[in-house]
Amino acid sequence: MSKVIYGGQSYECGESSILDCLTAQGVPVPSSCRSGVCQTCMMRVVEGEVPEKAKAGLKPTLAAQNYFLACSCYPENDVEVVLPEAGLGKLEARVTSVEYLNGDILGIRLKPSRLFEYKAGQFINLFKDEITARCYSLASVPALDEELFLNVRKVPSGLVSGWVFSSLKVGDAITISEASGDCFYVPGNSEQDILLIATGSGLAPLYGIIRDALLSGHQGKLSLYHGSYNTDGFYLVEELRRLAQTHPNFNYVPCISEGEAKAGYAPGMVLDIALADNPDLSGWRVFLCGNPNMVNTAKQQTFFAGASMRDIFADPF
Amino acid sequence: MSLYSEIGGEGAVNAAVDIFYRKVLKDDRIKRFFEGVDMNKQAAKQKAFLTMAFGGPHNYSGADMRKGHAHLVARGLNDTHFDAVMEHLGATLTELKVPGNLIAQAAAIAESTRKDVLGK
Repeated sequence: MSKVIYGGQSYECGESSILDCLTAQGVPVPSSCRSGVCQTCMMRVVEGEVPEKAKAGLKPTLAAQNYFLACSCYPENDVEVVLPEAGLGKLEARVTSVEYLNGDILGIRLKPSRLFEYKAGQFINLFKDEITARCYSLASVPALDEELFLNVRKVPSGLVSGWVFSSLKVGDAITISEASGDCFYVPGNSEQDILLIATGSGLAPLYGIIRDALLSGHQGKLSLYHGSYNTDGFYLVEELRRLAQTHPNFNYVPCISEGEAKAGYAPGMVLDIALADNPDLSGWRVFLCGNPNMVNTAKQQTFFAGASMRDIFADPF
Repeated sequence: MSLYSEIGGEGAVNAAVDIFYRKVLKDDRIKRFFEGVDMNKQAAKQKAFLTMAFGGPHNYSGADMRKGHAHLVARGLNDTHFDAVMEHLGATLTELKVPGNLIAQAAAIAESTRKDVLGK
């Protein structure tokens, strides 16, 4: 008989689902439809494996992170499970480089103190001290980059970014969390066209995702639109232009929302330009990162333009 | 054969959810009820609703329906809004070329939740 471990306790599941098993014994797992559809009872397996059936209907990025639906999970062997909001593990990392990417954004490279699994585009927490942390997306790709690469934007009176800009230096040991988030590239469906829209340092996860997709041999279009007020806001421009030269399916469009148009830059709001160039997004995969207003509007607009809700991935920061 | 398998089961729900949710979000009569809601979570709920309307497996009770919509009733959810959703359900199934008699059955299931959804 298989056991379910949750919160350090072991429970006998018998013939019942993990949801029924845990709630019957007083564990508060949220639920609604109890039929494997509404996804309210989503949990994550951290030890052992759950049947594939328990992942039916989940976004591929969630399934890839071992999320499952407790109401449709009848474990066939022992598993340890946690609720999605369960805290992420922490570890130490050493700063190996700090460089300005533009006037407002620092590129930080970190070497984790132990094996660190992540997907390009996921985020980690960067701790200034025990209780003060902020999320930063990973622009690095595990198979390409030895170190973790973050893009930290200077936020006015930001506690963590202020500390990064004023005191972080090569050789420092800092605390980070394990990686999390479902904004990343899942291999497969390699003919699918992909639209990526970012403002500011929202470019970080997309820079990782694009290189990850190209490395996986993605064949469909990869169209990146990066928005900024003026040319000072862009970074990694040369790297991206070079990628576009060597990969005919990758297209890079920096967009300037204010001031005069310049050669090599599209004038206008990044979302408007991306949608004007790609009015029909049926069958596309979409990644959106950056300013929360842009991301929320873009989610709806790309959905209206035909992208399926299942294929839209977003990080609002 | 059950209504759910006649309509096409999970495949039909997956095909319907984007079409249905787009119609709902574009409708000026009801879109305010969906503003500020996480779109992914909402899409999952739309799937649960469609599964139920298609006669598929669900465990929602009348009490669940009441509880789940009470905050919307407090914001003015009424029969006209329910009618709008019914309209979109029918239009979605028509667009997917589901036969009329099956659409009528799905509509009847959805209609049966009206009192609970509106907290009457």
